[in-house]
Amino acid sequence: MSKQKEDIRIGFYICHCGHNIGSVVDVPGVAEYVSKLPNVVVSKDYKYMCSDPGQEMIQKDIKEHKLNRIVVASCSPLLHESTFRGATAKAGLNQFFMQMVNIRENTSWVHEDKEQATIKAKDLARAAVHRVAFHKALEKKVVPVNPDVLIVGGGIAGISASLTLANAGKKVYLIERDATIGGYMAKFDKTFPTLDCAACILTPKMSSVLKHPNITLWTWSEVSNVDGFVGNYKVTVTKKPRYIKEELCVGCLACIDACIYKQGKFYDEFNFGLAKRKPVYIPFPQATPQVVVVDDKTCLHFKTGKCQQSCAKACDRNAFDFDQKPENVEINVGSIILTTGFEPHNPVKSPNYGYGKYPNVFTSLEVERLVNASGPTEGHVLLRDGVTKPKSIGIIHCVGSRDEKTNKWCSRVCCMYSLKLAHLLKEHTDADVYNFYIDMRTPGKGYEEFYDKLLNEGVQFIRGRVSEVTDWATTDSEKGKLVIRAEDTLIGIVRRIPVDMVVLSVGLEPAKDAQEVRKMFSISCSSEGFFLERHPKLAPVSTFTDGVFIAGACQGPKDIPDSVAQAGAAAAEVLALIDAGHVELEPNTASIVEEKCCGCQVCINMCPYTAISFNVEKGKSFINEALCKGCGTCVAACGSNAIFQNLFDDEEILSEIDGLLVE
Amino acid sequence: MADKPKIKLAVYWGAACGGCCVSVLDVHESLFTVVEHADLVFWPIALDVKYKDVEEMPDGNIDITLFNGAVRTSENEHMAKLLRKKSKILIAYGSCAHMGGIPGLANFSNKEEIFKRVYETSESIDNPNKVFPATETEVKEGKLTLPKFYNDVMTLNQVVDVDYYLPGCPPQTERLVEVFMAVVTGATLPPKGSVIGVFDRVQCDDCKRKKSDKKGITKFYRAWEVVDDGETCLNEQGILCMGPATRGGCGVRCVEGNAPCRGCYGPMEGIPDPGAKMMSAIASMLEGKEQDEIDKAIESVVDPAGTFYRFSLPGSILRRKQK
Repeated sequence: MSKQKEDIRIGFYICHCGHNIGSVVDVPGVAEYVSKLPNVVVSKDYKYMCSDPGQEMIQKDIKEHKLNRIVVASCSPLLHESTFRGATAKAGLNQFFMQMVNIRENTSWVHEDKEQATIKAKDLARAAVHRVAFHKALEKKVVPVNPDVLIVGGGIAGISASLTLANAGKKVYLIERDATIGGYMAKFDKTFPTLDCAACILTPKMSSVLKHPNITLWTWSEVSNVDGFVGNYKVTVTKKPRYIKEELCVGCLACIDACIYKQGKFYDEFNFGLAKRKPVYIPFPQATPQVVVVDDKTCLHFKTGKCQQSCAKACDRNAFDFDQKPENVEINVGSIILTTGFEPHNPVKSPNYGYGKYPNVFTSLEVERLVNASGPTEGHVLLRDGVTKPKSIGIIHCVGSRDEKTNKWCSRVCCMYSLKLAHLLKEHTDADVYNFYIDMRTPGKGYEEFYDKLLNEGVQFIRGRVSEVTDWATTDSEKGKLVIRAEDTLIGIVRRIPVDMVVLSVGLEPAKDAQEVRKMFSISCSSEGFFLERHPKLAPVSTFTDGVFIAGACQGPKDIPDSVAQAGAAAAEVLALIDAGHVELEPNTASIVEEKCCGCQVCINMCPYTAISFNVEKGKSFINEALCKGCGTCVAACGSNAIFQNLFDDEEILSEIDGLLVE
Repeated sequence: MADKPKIKLAVYWGAACGGCCVSVLDVHESLFTVVEHADLVFWPIALDVKYKDVEEMPDGNIDITLFNGAVRTSENEHMAKLLRKKSKILIAYGSCAHMGGIPGLANFSNKEEIFKRVYETSESIDNPNKVFPATETEVKEGKLTLPKFYNDVMTLNQVVDVDYYLPGCPPQTERLVEVFMAVVTGATLPPKGSVIGVFDRVQCDDCKRKKSDKKGITKFYRAWEVVDDGETCLNEQGILCMGPATRGGCGVRCVEGNAPCRGCYGPMEGIPDPGAKMMSAIASMLEGKEQDEIDKAIESVVDPAGTFYRFSLPGSILRRKQK
């Protein structure tokens, strides 16, 4: 290890963080210990280092004691690294001469034994004191931000964010996997607690998106690759073949009438199979854009090649193109908002409720379609036979929520939508409606009032988790009915309620491909699989990847108002990024020493950010500094020791380890 | 140059196989050039010069000592210290003196285990009285002594101050001649502590085999398990080659002979643990992305510790097997 030529003068500052650190770690003891370590000139403890007086203390000491290295032992660098770097820079010292030691998340919050925790804090501090001596002065790089924005997912969150940004004059690409935007909200009849019609408030927004000059809407499309970094993403969007030239189709729907299939024959995704559709279809009447789509899995032309193509003949605009192939389009954007939504819990995973076994067990989403005037039954609530009106209905809450066997979390929206469905079912059928709930959770503006209203509407509420739904009758009155067995915990007995129809209030789960999406956009998921925000309180729509934001139910279960609020927040974050005009890049990037590179190219495949390329002429590899995120993988992989990484060079890492181990 | 006094040269072996001494002889007729410029004052393999003779030399009497072999016994250590005192330039010659070499693999074991195996449980041993080497043994004729066998194998620089390192198992003879001529002609010597007779690049740089960025190793094969196509990077063919993490200087001798590099030239400058570097370089070439695929590929490495630390265990951070 090379010896330092300059005179190293370290200032060490340790934070009590109120009681957060101080109650577990002997903070003054650590300060006293560190003061005796080599090169340490100043060693102090303070109640809150991040406060203004704390920061000023560092600045004053840098000047008074001619400090040239700073170590701050406090919380996670994620929280306050920039604070202390800033304080260091203000005193005229290069900000990268500051090293943080995390003695809160890594020490006081995770240990109970005070003596051991103090020893650990001393060890970590000593490691940093050893390391910081080898820090080099580095500069942040400034790169411009592309003002265009990509929004992935055209549900209510994606729609809201798109409109906010487009109205602010920013160019937005909205990408939707389905044939229409609108998401789950487009399937609902009414919304809680106001009972206003979902379509009435949603469809104007959908058509605004379509018409907006600043929004490029691509439905039936998916993002297939993401390269680049904050301010400068290069995104590949794959447009799936729709077999329709979108720009020619006017949505007259003559082709659907002309289809060789006289009746719908195939599973209608929009109506959860409650209706059938033809191979050429439009998801629902207000679909946006009003462009049909041909399903190549069911279309006779694709299956046999022998169809007379009556649909294409019926089209007076010649919009059909059966030879369409997936098309890749590359776009450049500066920021990305993911609004990819959720997946409803599949109640087959909760077999005690009989979904799939008993025809008259429905999911809440199926019932949304049944009560919807534009749904498959035109708003008539009918049993699976399509004719019988139910006289009694049981709504079971928390299916796939608050359940050790499926999902532990509360899905937040089910109590409220169950109340809404109870109201609508009562209104449509005048049946006896029973709600089986564990706890009624109605925390929202006007929500508790809505619950009160329902209590006065004659809907029955039974507090208890349902054990099973069965067709096993024990009395004559139960014959031919579905019996819901539940413990009524308010009166302490087990009840059997015979009903005609069971509605399962299914919870919200992460989207099926959340993991793939997470990897593509280099963000993280929390343990249950929803996208992880940068900070649960202070950065709820940011992610750990700069320039990638999240909004709506992809981040966790939430209702429409919360999704829209998050969409607004994400749009604001994006605007802040765009208006700043540039971003600063961390200098912790890797670079290749050309003379040492042997051209083995091992590093190229290792790089998760495709930042390394091979120069055939020179026979050497090169790192694009702008793409490098400083993960260090190539540094480890390079057998030639030709790659080094700023802030993590061998000297710094090994001296840190040395510092940790000596004593 | 003819007027210049001849330089005094010594060659000594510690825990070594003798190959390094032979590599000195491999200079062939150049030996005449060597002796034209140098007096060989001590070289146990070739000259009958006693330890006593060395002890009687004034300090700094020898210009260059090539010390090959690791330090395994008290005799090795004594001679290392003695030669250090008597030499102006002490060169750790060969992999064993440089990093511990093949004898250094004994650090995956310890003295007790080694004695038990060699003097007790070995199939060809019959030792009912459990007689083990001892530093002193009384016999009728008097006291017999043996050097002490240490628990650890050490590199030369772990017992004495070393001026230069000339790696290789054995070092390429041309490199030795270059170094020798540099000293003789009075060229400026590199800074103390340098590794000499090497290139500042890894083996792959000089290797003529075809390399791509698609390493894609799913399984490692031993040389007899596959047919080498003679032109593709051995690692890309699944034959474990240490080239990517081994310093050049030998002229890619092994790979030129269609055998994988075993790493005797040691790591590039600044790498404190050659085995770890080898492992991370090799691990970077694996195809698998899932844990079980990766495990399967890694399990196909026969004797990973011995493979990756073949020449470098005592000189690495790892140094030896812990208790």
